[in-house]
Amino acid sequence: MSRRTQAVRSGIFAASLIPLAWVVWGASTDNLGANPIDEIQLQTGRWALRFLALSLAISPLRRLTGWNSVIRYRRTFGLFAFFYATLHLINFIAIDKFFDVGDIVEDIAKHLYITVGMATWLALVPLALTSTRSSIRRLGGRRWNRLHQLVYVAAIGGTVHYLWAVKKDTLYPLLYFALFAVLLGYRAWMWLAKRQQPQAA
Amino acid sequence: MLIKKASDIASAEITDERLFINRRSFLGEAAIVGLNAASALALPAGLMACSNGERNPEAEGSSATGGSASDKLTPYEKITTYNNFYELGTGKDDPSENANSFRTRPWSVEVEGLVNRPGIYDIEDILKWSPLQERVYRLRCVEAWSMVIPWLGFPFRDLIDRAQPTSQARFVELSTLHDPTQMPGQRRSVLDWPYTEGLRLDEAMHPLTILAAGLYGKTLPNQNGAPLRLVVPWKYGFKSIKSIVRIRFTDRQPATAWNKSAPSEYGFYSNVNPEVNHPRWSQAKERRIGEFRRRATLMFNGYGSQVASMYAGMDLRKHF
Repeated sequence: MSRRTQAVRSGIFAASLIPLAWVVWGASTDNLGANPIDEIQLQTGRWALRFLALSLAISPLRRLTGWNSVIRYRRTFGLFAFFYATLHLINFIAIDKFFDVGDIVEDIAKHLYITVGMATWLALVPLALTSTRSSIRRLGGRRWNRLHQLVYVAAIGGTVHYLWAVKKDTLYPLLYFALFAVLLGYRAWMWLAKRQQPQAA
Repeated sequence: MLIKKASDIASAEITDERLFINRRSFLGEAAIVGLNAASALALPAGLMACSNGERNPEAEGSSATGGSASDKLTPYEKITTYNNFYELGTGKDDPSENANSFRTRPWSVEVEGLVNRPGIYDIEDILKWSPLQERVYRLRCVEAWSMVIPWLGFPFRDLIDRAQPTSQARFVELSTLHDPTQMPGQRRSVLDWPYTEGLRLDEAMHPLTILAAGLYGKTLPNQNGAPLRLVVPWKYGFKSIKSIVRIRFTDRQPATAWNKSAPSEYGFYSNVNPEVNHPRWSQAKERRIGEFRRRATLMFNGYGSQVASMYAGMDLRKHF
């Protein structure tokens, strides 16, 4: 790996931690507004979706521009999506609900947006666990790719979770919805194009 | 003066101790304000008395009506920076950031409908009709957070008595200013503008129901619904309509903004009820702003002993 690649990789890693630093700084200096727990929930959730979108943007970017080396950042973005989704879940369980198991179970069982949110996080777990090179080798490329199509489920689930969580102003969730529609739509379109033009030619 | 059995008197109805102790200076200041009436800048008597007088430090820890000693006042800074006032934006900090976008003077309130004395009244006149009193109330938002707020206002009943509703009047509908040039949030149709709210006449005339013009002894900040807003402490916060320009008496249950936007989620009554969940989230607990752990939400926000009788025999799951 070249020195430049190493520097870019470190830079991306450090930049990806800025949202966490912002939340920690805000929480410790009382700069998250009157309801810091809700603010942490909102910010960690949004950043999980943003990193998910970044990871999903890599393949289209690569195919459209031929810039192949960006692929090496896909895993970083995917893992940061999982990282922020996990902080989001920890904030819900440990801080918002303060480990009140009864309340947590009831929320997951009864309130559909939380059910969907929980399912979305669970969909990300196997992806994070199999993110290593050795996992790809162990599973084989085809099976690994198939498993990692769960990321599409997570993208849809995460957006629906956000859409159903907001009280009324759906502008932001719909923006994410549009973003993921483009990212997933591109894949669907490519897939259809490939099916219609058999490789025989 | 309303004289009732001792057990019926809510502590909110009891004049704030500080005002009582300082009643002579209050009267004195009221007289001064009277002398200054020519000045357009003169604050209403109650506001004057409170903003001039020093806050009794003990009042900071005073308990909210019907509540326990744990009902500490929410700090002024939180009350005025964490707001739901979609006319000024849907983010919690949008209202305070856009607060100066609308003017609260001159301001008039139209009283109309089934009343013997309809009219358009200037806010300055309205604020002189009744002495302003401090009411420390819990505010429970439908989003499951709550605050304790020392309002400055007068019973809605005073205004209603003055308007003299006819015998047909059974409901009252209130509307917020609709002016997208002043209210940036109204440039998007997040809700069906203007914001309207409504109460049954007996709810409107209940002694706990007030029209507020101030908080923490100061003039009401714009983001909190200046110059005049409703406060109905046993209902979810969105019932307490802000920046009122019209009060209409009617014989039919009025349409309300949130009910129109999502009928299955926000009913006409919207009494605080921990047993009836919002379809999307639980209402059993709430986070008091400034506290870490959630606390149990109380039926009628803890004002049940004073208001439950108005709903006797009603199925509160149906009339949520």
